[in-house]
Amino acid sequence: MRSFDFVAKRVMFAVVTVFVAITLNFVLFRTLSGDAVSALRCRQCTKEFKEYQRQELGLDKSKLEQYKVYLEDLAHGDMGKSLRSERPVTEELWAPLKNTIPMVALGTLFSIVFGILVGVVCAWRRATWADKTGLWSALGFYSMPPQWLGLLIVLFVAGAVGLPTAGIKDPTLGILGDASTWDVLVDRLRHMILPALTLGLVLYGEYALVVRSAMLETLGEDYVLTARAKGLSNWRTVRTHGFRNALLPIVTLVALSLGFIIGGSITIEYVFSYPGIGLQVVEAIDQRDYPILQGAFLLLTLSVILANLVADLLYFKLDPRVST
Amino acid sequence: MSASVQTAAAAEGVDVSKARRPGSIKSVVLSEKTAIAGLLIIAFFVVIALLSPILVPGDPKEKVGPIFEPPSASHWLGLDGGGADMVKLLIAGTRVSLLVGFCAALVSALIGGAVGLFAGFYGGKTDVVLMRMTDYVLVIPDIPLMIVAAALFGRSLTNIIVIIGIIYWTTTARLIRAQVKSVRERVYVKRARALGAGNGRLIFKHVLPQVAPLLIANTVLLVAYAIFAETFITFLGLGDPSVISWGRLIENAFTDDAILNNAWWAIVPPGACVTLVVLGATLFGQSLEDALNPRLRVGHLSVRRFQVRPLRGRLDSE
Repeated sequence: MRSFDFVAKRVMFAVVTVFVAITLNFVLFRTLSGDAVSALRCRQCTKEFKEYQRQELGLDKSKLEQYKVYLEDLAHGDMGKSLRSERPVTEELWAPLKNTIPMVALGTLFSIVFGILVGVVCAWRRATWADKTGLWSALGFYSMPPQWLGLLIVLFVAGAVGLPTAGIKDPTLGILGDASTWDVLVDRLRHMILPALTLGLVLYGEYALVVRSAMLETLGEDYVLTARAKGLSNWRTVRTHGFRNALLPIVTLVALSLGFIIGGSITIEYVFSYPGIGLQVVEAIDQRDYPILQGAFLLLTLSVILANLVADLLYFKLDPRVST
Repeated sequence: MSASVQTAAAAEGVDVSKARRPGSIKSVVLSEKTAIAGLLIIAFFVVIALLSPILVPGDPKEKVGPIFEPPSASHWLGLDGGGADMVKLLIAGTRVSLLVGFCAALVSALIGGAVGLFAGFYGGKTDVVLMRMTDYVLVIPDIPLMIVAAALFGRSLTNIIVIIGIIYWTTTARLIRAQVKSVRERVYVKRARALGAGNGRLIFKHVLPQVAPLLIANTVLLVAYAIFAETFITFLGLGDPSVISWGRLIENAFTDDAILNNAWWAIVPPGACVTLVVLGATLFGQSLEDALNPRLRVGHLSVRRFQVRPLRGRLDSE
């Protein structure tokens, strides 16, 4: 019963939040900003053409009616058409999304592994030089703007390690005969490494700091003292008594930081001209392609809401003490 | 419980007896090394910002030599992509970046403080409505929202300040609400009420002074985040084109192809300034908040240490 109540509550909250996000999306783009057509950068467009476009987009109707139409369209998975390419927004977002996901996943994986590793070592060896080094490196990366870190990596690291700094594939690949699947895969990965590393380093700072403080706190608990008094080895104490419990806040943190991951990846993709959703957003801003921007914003918001829900449920699953 | 407090505190080099007691800002600052370091960094940049009209008279964008000229005796950090002196640009940028940081943090603190104060003090329906609102805003990813808002509302410094300000108030609201709820139940507040003090008097005379130090600590953290956010918005070409900020210098370096010219001096300094200020404000604000808010040091959920990003506030308020 308890679990049903909890899950129902969280799901309800997520559903209402989705609705709030959709409404916010509508309000931001349709009422506060004038309309998409007058913002369109188009010198040769005649008045008649713009009027026609408005009718086409349904901008001549009342706001309430527009809202209804907007909701209906969304329910059918229709987010309108890009003003630039005239192709459906869903299509325009799907392709870059497929590029973004592996890059972001790689970066997040990197940060989780190193964040946990450094955080645990720091907490275990607290107040030693290892702790200080770890703590300050984490604080440093944590304070850096991601785009700047990206530029530094392009400037100082890329040349030394010989990795590409722009785009997603080598244009010369496959010119001389067909490239094998393996070659294509390796090429993809090479282009992914530096942006993923940038994202990973920024997140690493945050994760290491949180893991460290969560571990510090659990290591100070009485049951850890008991474990040591029982004569358990250091490794076993840290792993089963310390880390197991410190894992709780870590799991939530990782799921909840998706919002920041997304934000950071926008500027990082821009720096590395990596054709993902972030670069798509930057181009949409540049060319005032509001439908794309609107679609991307909705997509990002929905994924964050979903991640929040997953975090809540996961936390509930991991920690039997949570009841509300 | 107390063991965990002591180990955590000992690791930070904090005097536990002081850290547990919500004290004055002054005593905290003087007792923690990290707080002093953070304060010194902030103070350094504030002085530069205040003196910038004297340090850089005239137009900092003035062309004084060939583009991307390397550092030399006359231009310590070389020239940027427009042939302007990097040192002058940085000093001018300090002023704008700090202005954005402090003003946006102030907007956030005002909104968040007011929401937290009312929700915590009145409780009941007011609390439910205000906190629900806060929850919804908290879930919307902040950076995309800022980008969209900046793209829609046009590129002015005021717009950027307001946009950053109205997005970052949520964590403040939750923090202050939790604190107000505990202060409200204290005996002296109940006595004051029994003596006939009205709500207005109770809030401003008895509750607010108790939560003010925490609000200030939180505002310092917000400054760091606002400066960070400004570099984001500006980097995407949504900054105010008429002013120079650190964010703009990073953007200029990128769009002027400083990388192709191997002009590290155009890229490294502005980002280093942002990093330093964010580090300083984080150290200072975090030390203050930890010392002033005893809730942070206890309980298994205190994820919040060293966490400025928008996800905070969700876990600590329960």
